[in-house]
Amino acid sequence: MDINQIKIKVEGVNFYYGSKQALRDIALDIYKNKVTAIIGPSGCGKSTFIRLFNRMNDLIPGARFEGKILIDGNNIYDPKLDVVDLRRSVGMVFQKPNPFPKSIYENVAYGLSINGIRDKGYIADKVDKSLKDAALYSEVKNRLSDNALALSGGQQQRLCIARALAVEPEVLLMDEPASALDPTATLKIEELIHELKKKYTIIIVTHNMQQAARISDYTAFFMMGELIEYDITSKIFTKPSKKITEDYITGRFG
Amino acid sequence: MKKTLAKKELVQRLGFGFLSLCIMITVFFLGLLIYFIAVRGIKVISWEFLTQAPRRFMTQGGVAPAIVGTFYLTLGAISLALPLGLACAIYLCEYSPKSSIVNIIRISINNLAGIPSVVFGLFGFAVFVKFFGFGVSILSGALTLGIMVLPGIISASQEAFLAVPQSFREASFALGATQWQTIKNIVIPSALPGILTGVILSIGRVAGETAPILFTAATFYIRGYPDSIFSEVMALPYHIYALMTEGTHPQEQTQIAYGCALILLVLVLLVSGIAIFIRQRKRSGYGH
Repeated sequence: MDINQIKIKVEGVNFYYGSKQALRDIALDIYKNKVTAIIGPSGCGKSTFIRLFNRMNDLIPGARFEGKILIDGNNIYDPKLDVVDLRRSVGMVFQKPNPFPKSIYENVAYGLSINGIRDKGYIADKVDKSLKDAALYSEVKNRLSDNALALSGGQQQRLCIARALAVEPEVLLMDEPASALDPTATLKIEELIHELKKKYTIIIVTHNMQQAARISDYTAFFMMGELIEYDITSKIFTKPSKKITEDYITGRFG
Repeated sequence: MKKTLAKKELVQRLGFGFLSLCIMITVFFLGLLIYFIAVRGIKVISWEFLTQAPRRFMTQGGVAPAIVGTFYLTLGAISLALPLGLACAIYLCEYSPKSSIVNIIRISINNLAGIPSVVFGLFGFAVFVKFFGFGVSILSGALTLGIMVLPGIISASQEAFLAVPQSFREASFALGATQWQTIKNIVIPSALPGILTGVILSIGRVAGETAPILFTAATFYIRGYPDSIFSEVMALPYHIYALMTEGTHPQEQTQIAYGCALILLVLVLLVSGIAIFIRQRKRSGYGH
């Protein structure tokens, strides 16, 4: 376990929506090419937390951040940092599949074209490759020009993953990516996450305990804006060090 | 228990009955309007009526210059109001800070939509005809009409922008798009059907309004067709008004007025039809 490389360091993070504090003094390390699951009851701050890594919370008026988040040693809250660059290297998959109302092809190509890539051949290759990496290619290869909204929910979510992968991020954030999907589609996404961690560092928010146990290497348990416990997943789910963690994962509340 | 159920059933039937009655009344009057205009208008419609200029004190010939004039005025007004209105809506919805000043601007624009059209006519006369010295002309009329429909286009576009799911914007930002890229590539295309709806309504209003062009653009009769944007024009709605209130042959003039009304009706329906067709395609297909 010592060979694990730290990809992201979170230090002394507080986060406020107006006067309401949503996160309290969070510190943890996220390891490279591992899946880190964030679990906790509704309103515990887990979605707020994951949205710190690509500064998505910047869009919320009145929100305030304190502390440091270092990715590969660089503070992403440095005022001199270009948020656009950050978001290119930290991809995100949202809770509800949100493909653009464009064709399947255009959805995946979008991230490339906005980043100034004009080479059509390169874009075409990249679209194919991203769809393959997202385990969607075989289902859509003959209808890349169809509207993405015609796909099923599970396919749409894998399309969103392909769209995120196309810009070659290093970190992939997933905010309850399977919560709106049926069990079969969920299984596909989980298998995919297992494949993806070879190349990416993945942080996933989930309210599904079994899912966290199945797919993650590390688990962080949040409650009321505080990080209660953070450890190797197998340890959190077999012998957590805190009573409250045990109560939560055994379903006594939440 | 049984009794109350029967009573609920009765109330429901009465409710639905009332609603369908309202629908029937509405459809009846709409049908009546189209029927009357069509039956009376169709008598004078001919190829000559559509392509010739009026002759013999408006009692013979056609109304082609009025059709052309309405077309110019509409085109001019929409080409002014659409880009300007779209830009305002983008600023108000996507860029502007949520401040009280912006709120005041928003409320003012909404109130502008309620100003009577004759007031716009007087405004256009004072500002464009007199102050800027454009005279009674296509330019003055188109500017006046454009300003009149501007609030409508802004409101419709604003609603269309607000209806674009926030998740589309987030997805775009998350891929490293700037705000402008997101607006240009995601927000505007997604809002296009709603914006088009605003444009359709505006075209109908611009083509049909009489008061704003009364003192700014329209004339009862000109020889031939306008040759520049500084020419006076004939226009269908004003032509109807003039035929019914001026001239010496009320009998024939009334018939021609119905003919003009029918043309106006068909033109507006046609434009709406085309726009609805484009909107449906945009909504369902997204190309290819």
